[in-house]
Amino acid sequence: MHEWALAEAVIAAASEIADKEKLKEVTEVKIRVGELQQIEQDIFQFALSQLKSGKFKNTKIQIWTTKAELKCRACGHRWFFEREKLDASVAEAIHFVPEVAHTYIKCSKCSSPDFEVVEGRGVWLESVKGVR
Amino acid sequence: MVDPRTSIISVRLENVGRIVAVSSGKGGVGKSLVASTLALALTKKGYEVGLFDLDFTSPSTHIILGIKGVRPKEDKGIVPPVVNGLEYMSIVYYSGDYASPLRGADVSNALIELLSITRWGKLDFLVIDMPPGIGDATLDLIRLIKNIEFLVVTTSSQLAFETVRKLVKLLKELKVPVAGVVENMKMGDSKNIQQQTRKLGLIFLGEIPYDTQVEEAIGNKNRLASTVFAKKVEEIASKIRRLIP
Repeated sequence: MHEWALAEAVIAAASEIADKEKLKEVTEVKIRVGELQQIEQDIFQFALSQLKSGKFKNTKIQIWTTKAELKCRACGHRWFFEREKLDASVAEAIHFVPEVAHTYIKCSKCSSPDFEVVEGRGVWLESVKGVR
Repeated sequence: MVDPRTSIISVRLENVGRIVAVSSGKGGVGKSLVASTLALALTKKGYEVGLFDLDFTSPSTHIILGIKGVRPKEDKGIVPPVVNGLEYMSIVYYSGDYASPLRGADVSNALIELLSITRWGKLDFLVIDMPPGIGDATLDLIRLIKNIEFLVVTTSSQLAFETVRKLVKLLKELKVPVAGVVENMKMGDSKNIQQQTRKLGLIFLGEIPYDTQVEEAIGNKNRLASTVFAKKVEEIASKIRRLIP
């Protein structure tokens, strides 16, 4: 239930935005989830539904998934993260701390561990809409 | 787009009393040994203590304390295991014994991730083993943890102290409290570091003589606790708990 902690973070961040924007009610929250973190969507959505209260009671939550694209800093090669190619224990470690991908994943062309995650790392709050 | 993780960090740390970042201007001054032993010393005094190894590219507190075969529990986040009476958290749970070649932005991301998902219990002290120098981790912690205080470790070397001077200047500019300075691996009788620390307006917390027994005690908590090094760190722990940040 590590997803619960991330869901709490999303609600906390959305609350801050709602307070700043003086929203009485939040009608829509859009979330982007990167594949590198391998969030279990069912658990994440369940956690969000349980954490919704007060001005979030009737909020429609939309979640988009972004493929995780990696780019080698040494040779420029680009590729997509593929969970299926990893051992379960490695995939789990990356799930908790996506940066440990640098410990286990190498560029498939030149074997460098020096790559950047171009997109699709983790959880982002894309937008918060509501009524004042 | 907003990174939601930073919004929950204060909640994760709301049951933590004092947060002491054990830091140094440069590497090789014994910072991780001081952090590990300080955490143990505070536990010995009856406090609830956590130890958080944030030296992601060179974590070593698990080696110093002989911690192996434990994992955090997953419960609405991750709950650090209690080892040697300490709630203990480190990236090694996930990176194992492999090298973690992280650039600055990756260090920041990993740090924010662990701060946002780790559910500490009720602690009197959270001791943080920092990476050396003034880098991303230092700046992130100052930005993200409002009640953080620093304990700065140096050796008797002027080279080490000059880097301390820079770190302390930054901390002062950012209005971050400094609990004091510790002089580690001391050889000789010079009071130079002590005097220079006081000139900077800081508390000199004590000196720890170079102790040849420490290397042999690494990995064995009880043996480590019986060293002269540990006795000196206990004295420093007594001073720290009396200080109000």
